[in-house]
Amino acid sequence: MKKVSKMNGHTILLLITIGLFIVLFAGGCIAYGNKGFTHLQTFLNILITNSGLICVTCGLTVVMLTAGIDISVGALIAMDCMILATGMRAGMNAIVMVLIVLAIGIAFGLFQGFLVGYLEIQPFIVTMAGMFFCRGMTAVICTEQVSITEQTSRLFYAWANAKINIPFGGYVNSKGKYQIPYIRPSVVIALLLLAVTFFMLRRTKLGRSFYAIGGNAVSAAMMGLNVKKIKLKAYMLSSIFCSIGAICYCLNTMAGSVSQALGLEMDAISSAVIGGTLLTGGVGNVIGSFFGVLINGTISSIVKTNGKLASSWPNILTAALLFLFIVIQSVFAMLRSRKK
Amino acid sequence: MNKKSTWAKIKGWSLFLPVMSIILVMAVNIIHDIAVGANPFSFFMITLRQTTGNGTILYGRIIDILNRGSEVAILAIGMTLVVSSSSGTDISVGSVMSLCASFCCMLLAGYGVSSTTTLAVPLIVGLLAGILLGVVCGMFNGTLVAYFGIQPMVATLILFSAARAIGLLLCNDLIVYVRNDSFGIFGGFCGVIPTPVIIAAICILVIAILLKKTALGMYIQSVGINSKASRIAGLNSKRIIFMTYLLCGLFAGIAGIVASSRITSADSNNIGLYFEMDAILAVALGGNSLGGGKFNLAGSIIGAYTIQAITTTLYALGVSSTQAPVFKAIIVILIVAIQAPPLKAYLKHRSNAKQLRGGAA
Repeated sequence: MKKVSKMNGHTILLLITIGLFIVLFAGGCIAYGNKGFTHLQTFLNILITNSGLICVTCGLTVVMLTAGIDISVGALIAMDCMILATGMRAGMNAIVMVLIVLAIGIAFGLFQGFLVGYLEIQPFIVTMAGMFFCRGMTAVICTEQVSITEQTSRLFYAWANAKINIPFGGYVNSKGKYQIPYIRPSVVIALLLLAVTFFMLRRTKLGRSFYAIGGNAVSAAMMGLNVKKIKLKAYMLSSIFCSIGAICYCLNTMAGSVSQALGLEMDAISSAVIGGTLLTGGVGNVIGSFFGVLINGTISSIVKTNGKLASSWPNILTAALLFLFIVIQSVFAMLRSRKK
Repeated sequence: MNKKSTWAKIKGWSLFLPVMSIILVMAVNIIHDIAVGANPFSFFMITLRQTTGNGTILYGRIIDILNRGSEVAILAIGMTLVVSSSSGTDISVGSVMSLCASFCCMLLAGYGVSSTTTLAVPLIVGLLAGILLGVVCGMFNGTLVAYFGIQPMVATLILFSAARAIGLLLCNDLIVYVRNDSFGIFGGFCGVIPTPVIIAAICILVIAILLKKTALGMYIQSVGINSKASRIAGLNSKRIIFMTYLLCGLFAGIAGIVASSRITSADSNNIGLYFEMDAILAVALGGNSLGGGKFNLAGSIIGAYTIQAITTTLYALGVSSTQAPVFKAIIVILIVAIQAPPLKAYLKHRSNAKQLRGGAA
């Protein structure tokens, strides 16, 4: 009986998140229907712009489930994009560069995971150092913006411009031309990663161990789980997902620069928190995080469609939403503890 | 035998790590000076120098470090208390600094004015309003953490992203310049001494006296170690946590005013950028656990100046400001790895085994 009520609490939070997204999007449709907000493409554009963030948030959710935090992700994306851009400028094959970036993600995650898991240093400090390191390394590689063009890598350019058409939801635009809605390959990568993470957390031994050590590391250790190794794996997953996210991000921006993805880690954390993941660990769900990203994307999309609001409004609105959510969460927690 | 015990005593001293790291940084400076053929002690030289803008001022690398490190040192005071009482960090301080600076400059210049030489309101009103806004931000964080029971990092994440944006709105997306000498003094020089150093010293002194003369310091530590037990012992745990966040906001406000006075403008996008990281780093370098409980204020302040010393040293070595974080990261990881309990236990185990083997032979 008790378990059922606990499950309900978390399901309600998830439902609130999804409901809020629908309300926000419907509000945007009503307010800006004449500016083309109702077209399917608006929603697909949110997915395209945030494909990198979706990957990062998946990884971050896993780390947050183990009661950790990874604030190095934004800087790691900047470093990965810079490596991709400079590598291709030097005439390397796009596939080789992608593999190199993934390998860097694994190595970086392994190092951070070792420091957190085996040396028991606080995750915040480790990943903060990781953030400084990546941001600085980006500047060491190149201080100015490096663009990827058709000349530097034909293959990467083709990936970035590939369109996957959606067979329904077409519309006639203002010039009278029929538009077929489309997504980019990065969206496919992000959604696949989301599905894999969802399946891993629900069905595999590793996924369940993340919840176990986040809920209570001591009892998980007594149960026979290798807490250190699982923590290491969580940070490794976060960095790998982040590197995959960096490839998606690079497909969108087609450039590497020092100031890229500045503050992205906080976007990812706020998305996960809005999605119902607790920083204390043990509670959370990637589906919630996915809707958190969508909510963030819808807010900035609405502000952009309006065109008159100052650029700082998305930040303020996201913060207000975050405030609303954590207050709801804490009220739920208080009610639950009173019931006991 | 006696000698070894003195060494152990030094190693057991709570300020051992922060002092060691600052000595290391100084050593690097001395070696560098010798390598380039300069006076080996040029790092420590303080001279009086005539400048065109400020008259006669103290000049030297140490003065520079003390001057530039003031903001982080001021922030580190508040951060130490927050970390100690709530075992979490306040990541909003950098953004709050920017907000307070924007608000202060907006009041001094008038809304929508981007550059001014005359003040729209008396100086003291602008300064107090800026600092008060910092206190309000601190109270907001404190309410969420203490009374709503939200994890500190999530609670302060709200202002982390909102405060800077609100500051931009207040300034109408402009950089507001207040080119007035009376405002510039807080980031400039007071006589021969840089004013930020004096402000930091006053803040440190007031808090040190407060902690020494009242039981506040002990209360904060006891709440940090076990807030439930402290509550049962009769302390109002929530109010104490709330108060530490309030103080943290107050110091963020002061630091914001110093930072904006230094450049006589409110550059909302750049004031206090990454300062929360530096402040947290200062606390960690000071030998304080980020898990809360016992704290050592002196350690945090030495930590803050160590960070500035590292930065200044890197610039002296010719590393650009965008590349400097790489070295900062390596130094941080080395320092915290040395402190890591599993590594310490491993080394102790090794030395014990060695002693045993030595005894047997």
